[in-house]
Amino acid sequence: MKILKLITVLLIFVFFCACMKSQGGDRHDISIQIRGSDTIVNLIQEWVEKFVEQNPSFNISVTGGGSGTGFASLINGTCDITMSSRKIEEKERMLAESKNIEPVEFKIGLDGLAVLVNKNNSVNKLTLEQLRDIFMAKITNWKEVGGEDKKIVILSRESNSGTHMFFKEHILGIDDKNNKNEFSTQSLMMSSSQAVCNEVCQNPNALGYVGMGFVDERVKSVSVAVNAESEYVYPMPENVMNGTYPISRPLYIYTNGEPQDVVKMFIDYALSDAGQKIVLETDFIPIRKQSVK
Amino acid sequence: MRKIIDNVIEAVIFMCGILSIVFVVLIFGFLFKEGFSFFKDFGIIKFITGQFWYPTSDTASFGILPLIIGSVLVTVGACIIAVPIGIMSALYISEIVPKGVRDVLKSLVELMAAIPSIVIGFVGMVTLVPFVRTLFDIPTGLTAFSGSIMLAFMAMPTIVTISEDAIRSVPWQYKEGALALGATEWQTMRRIVLKAAMPGIIAAIMLGIGRVIGETMAVMMITGNSARIPHSIFEPVRTMTAVIASEMGETVSGGIHYRALFAIALVLFIVTFIVNFIADLFLGKNKNK
Repeated sequence: MKILKLITVLLIFVFFCACMKSQGGDRHDISIQIRGSDTIVNLIQEWVEKFVEQNPSFNISVTGGGSGTGFASLINGTCDITMSSRKIEEKERMLAESKNIEPVEFKIGLDGLAVLVNKNNSVNKLTLEQLRDIFMAKITNWKEVGGEDKKIVILSRESNSGTHMFFKEHILGIDDKNNKNEFSTQSLMMSSSQAVCNEVCQNPNALGYVGMGFVDERVKSVSVAVNAESEYVYPMPENVMNGTYPISRPLYIYTNGEPQDVVKMFIDYALSDAGQKIVLETDFIPIRKQSVK
Repeated sequence: MRKIIDNVIEAVIFMCGILSIVFVVLIFGFLFKEGFSFFKDFGIIKFITGQFWYPTSDTASFGILPLIIGSVLVTVGACIIAVPIGIMSALYISEIVPKGVRDVLKSLVELMAAIPSIVIGFVGMVTLVPFVRTLFDIPTGLTAFSGSIMLAFMAMPTIVTISEDAIRSVPWQYKEGALALGATEWQTMRRIVLKAAMPGIIAAIMLGIGRVIGETMAVMMITGNSARIPHSIFEPVRTMTAVIASEMGETVSGGIHYRALFAIALVLFIVTFIVNFIADLFLGKNKNK
């Protein structure tokens, strides 16, 4: 008989749980999922905070993981907005279409990639070709680019990172449009931009690249020139905006189909003057110059 | 009525008992299905002996030899560190230390097993990695060696607790016999106690290895993740687990990269299965005595 009592109690408990769940369901706010690039996760987070302040009934969650991760979850239907630091690839678009998902693109800002070295490193400037040779391990010692006689430790990002893809296309592929060049297998794959900064900060031999928003006072960014004859340009927002800094890229968000309701409200906010001001505050570069002043 | 309840309970217990077997079989089946379709597309020999892991390139290449070597190197390094220390401390705890201290020591060792691996990884990243770099004057401290040290910490609790049990279950008559014959304490320990407890100790080592080889978070943070065949233990390596963890998020389910990761998981599963099987073999031997 004890068992019967127990079962009754359990049943009542389950019933209550079910009730609470459905009550919660009625009150449950609209929620959207944003996933993708680690580079812009801070920016999006800022947007979300301000946006939710104005519209407290919305529930928006933001997770990083890399642009590739973002597209994968857009294709798998597990997120509403993908933030990306690269354009969607043809391959991904085809896959998306085969799953009845139509990626729609919005350009939300610009980003410059900074090349970082340790503060004690005497190297201050590099050309794109030198960078390519370093990342392909054709140049392996700092003395070949004007530094000390020390081995260069190359820091790269994981292959799911949009930063990785962008660097690969624009630096490793500068002379090769088919882009068969690969990062040297000697490069260390770091799992986040923060990890790159940390390693550069404590290792005098390290060289890495991150989005400009991640540069802090613990590390030093180098000036970059297209080739030995042209001018070396320091990574600063002004230089990205006027187009002189060679390693810059647009930032995007993607939605499935034309955005509706909350998603549309959010994107409108992001592209508004207020939203673009936050772009500048998080060390990225707004797309519309007039809104800067 | 009682009969019915009895039968029902029996059935429930049977279900619970068989559940874990069902899960293992299902997991294996799933890995095998995804991994096998990858082998058909890419070729198992090319997969295991390939030296380049460029999964997202236009002509993607999936060679996991550097990853296998990375995993093996880190594991072997961790064992070289953890096994002697682990066995010694098991000996100390079970044979030498006074009773009051023993309980404290034992619970502390067990507490070590409860430290989450990401904590170990994080502590290692900020303390051990810069230390290793300056100590050996090498380009970077993110090496297989640093990984081995941190993983040794993770394997040690397993090794200590299980070998301690094995040592303590050696019949006291053996020891008294040896001492009565004039052997010193150390001779008794080395020749009699350790020998008698050997199957249990080997099982402990195997379980420790199983923990190390499957460890992901700590190695991902410390070993540097460079998919290249290392020439020494002071170079960065990338392990199989780290590749799966860091790349799984980006893959589209069903794609070749996705299936390649499952193929790695299959390799890993088979390796840990063999290691656990050996451990079981020795544990069984110990009990029969």
